Amino acid sequence: MKNLLLGNEALAQGSIDAGLSGVYAYPGTPSTEITEYIQRSKIAKELNIHTTWSVNEKTAMESALGMSYIGKRAMVVMKHVGLNVASDVFMNMAVSGVNGGLVVVVADDPSMHSSQNEQDSRFYGKFAMIPILEPSNQQEAYDIMHYAFDLSEELKLPVLLRMVTRLSHSRAGVEFKERRPQNDINLPFDTSRFALIPMNAKKQFDQLVNKKSILIEHSENSKLNNLKLSEDKDIGIIACGIAYNYVMENIGDDEAYYSVLKISQYPLPKNKIKKLYKHCDKILVVEDGYPVVEELLHNYFDDNDKIKGRLSGDLPRTGELNPNVVGNSLGIFQGNTRPIPEVVTARPPQLCEGCGHTDLFNTINELIPEIGNKNVFGDIGCYALGALPPLNTINTLIDMGASITMAKGATDAGMENAIAVIGDSTFTHSGMTGLLDAVFENSPITVIISDNSAIAMTGAQESSAVGRLYNICLGIGVHPDHLKRMVPLKKNHDENVELLRNELKYKGVSVIIAERACVRLSRDQKEDIKAKIASLS
Amino acid sequence: MKTNIILSGVGGQGILTIAAVLDTAALSENLFIKQSEVHGMSQRGGAVQSHVRISDKEIFSDLIPEGKADLILSVEPMELLRYMPFLNKYGWLVTDSHPFINTTNYPEKEDLFNQIKKHPYHVIVNATEVAKTIGNSKVANMVLLGAASAVIPLSENSVIDAIKKLFQHKSEKIISLNLQAFYEGKKIAKASTDFVVNK
Repeated sequence: MKNLLLGNEALAQGSIDAGLSGVYAYPGTPSTEITEYIQRSKIAKELNIHTTWSVNEKTAMESALGMSYIGKRAMVVMKHVGLNVASDVFMNMAVSGVNGGLVVVVADDPSMHSSQNEQDSRFYGKFAMIPILEPSNQQEAYDIMHYAFDLSEELKLPVLLRMVTRLSHSRAGVEFKERRPQNDINLPFDTSRFALIPMNAKKQFDQLVNKKSILIEHSENSKLNNLKLSEDKDIGIIACGIAYNYVMENIGDDEAYYSVLKISQYPLPKNKIKKLYKHCDKILVVEDGYPVVEELLHNYFDDNDKIKGRLSGDLPRTGELNPNVVGNSLGIFQGNTRPIPEVVTARPPQLCEGCGHTDLFNTINELIPEIGNKNVFGDIGCYALGALPPLNTINTLIDMGASITMAKGATDAGMENAIAVIGDSTFTHSGMTGLLDAVFENSPITVIISDNSAIAMTGAQESSAVGRLYNICLGIGVHPDHLKRMVPLKKNHDENVELLRNELKYKGVSVIIAERACVRLSRDQKEDIKAKIASLS
Repeated sequence: MKTNIILSGVGGQGILTIAAVLDTAALSENLFIKQSEVHGMSQRGGAVQSHVRISDKEIFSDLIPEGKADLILSVEPMELLRYMPFLNKYGWLVTDSHPFINTTNYPEKEDLFNQIKKHPYHVIVNATEVAKTIGNSKVANMVLLGAASAVIPLSENSVIDAIKKLFQHKSEKIISLNLQAFYEGKKIAKASTDFVVNK
């Protein structure tokens, strides 16, 4: 019997079987289950594979690079916006190159099911000039890991592996291969390529640019980029990653009549594309995310009218693909469908019953008539739901850590009573440095760290902030008189309102740690947290 | 043979358990399976759905095309109607009649039922009530799975084995509750419809 796995789990098992020595990651939908699968894997434990969560995507990627530096195979996993956080090391390790195989797994979220944008990580791969792999199904997600690590070691470059939500979170039966042993420790022959002072960096950068032709050659010969020409010349389809499934769903039984180039490895195989272009009257580019390939094709050829896709309007410019929009772009009748009956109303997500964030927002809301209704800067986490009715507490939500620094910027320009609301894990991910900015200038802001002792939104993973928040704030330089704690419970409402009111009056940095464990934590997790706090004090 | 099933409900209502039973049973019969699910923000009390596709041939899309679902199996009546665009002409609707109300503008129950009844092939079961009678409201999902089992192309044996396998680490009592719920759902549906459709 095949193994029933999510795309994310198939990829994770593939990495274990490809000789992985460590995974580094910060949770983020839709990427989280990759690391969780390896954390739960008995084999991974026996093999002593590193699986502990990192504080953010940048620290994760740097640690993975360190593991690669000594010759081992390492993987770093994040959601698409996490790559923005890690982009510094990402761009530079393309220049230094790697030693042991290093695979950067990034899960994009077209349609923004759980994200602020739908940025396409293939742009980053192209920007860094490294190979990109994009599996189309669960079995491919498993199989591709062996290839990804081999390719990384052969080219001495990191490999970007792009997933999308729909593949990450869909299950299918998957067959496993034989497991490859881990690499032995093997330090780089010449370490100077990892020391990117300008004289070394220039040499390395030239080498990276010169590798492009080798990368294209790999793409041309890759089994992952399969070109099939048929006699019919009307339309040639370029199907990237998961888009291949939506194409095949539609052409299924008539497959023989269509010319299809399946793309799962970049840079693009230019010769294969030219063959298809010459063979067909029209080219339809089907890709989930941004029109990356469609744009590149515009540079390759003169007759841009021949190239169809998201830019030409044949497919929607935004949002994830599905079998129906792809069918329409192929001119295949999709049938009449029923509408959603008008009686159906929206059911947006909301904070769990008994969630401490709700009581915190009620505390803040009580003071809004006094302080104005546009001064609450929010952050990334469950508490972002405080931007929705009935709470309507939070005014902004941009990126990890921006609550504190945006509040600071607003007060720099004269805003009074600015409040930043940030979760415990988001604070350690990207809030601490911003708090130091505020402390450095003693900016009149009130930071509320809503501490639920978990990375809650992604499934209550362990937070590196547990038991450390008070001392971190003290160490950063928050004055002890304005470093307060509250327990956001209904029965403490009046007392909490008073505490917040007083701190808002203080014209300097205040931090209030609002402590109440996430309701999603299991009893065991709560015991672990207690033990952790006890061990730290 | 290809069967497309949409499972729907509210985050936390247990539709993924139904999906897991279907997946496990289908794999045990050496069939192809694809099953997409929702993780992340919507799981917090929002509308969630799972697309389950079972076939004897390779399945490409993880998503069911609109107009191609043979069955919408819902643990909540309004959530059933949310996915009507997916239902094919002769598709079946099977739902719990018990509403999950966590919004201020939840519609009148009767309005929902009237909409469901407009479609000839429907089964409305008070699965939550049936489950409570059996001993635990949590097994309402298995009542519904039983109610829909006649239109699911899996043998009863493999479904039963899948339920046993999924709950193997739980107590005997929980396994038997789930099995009892499945059989009870099947019985109720059989009494209310003969599941015969002229295709």
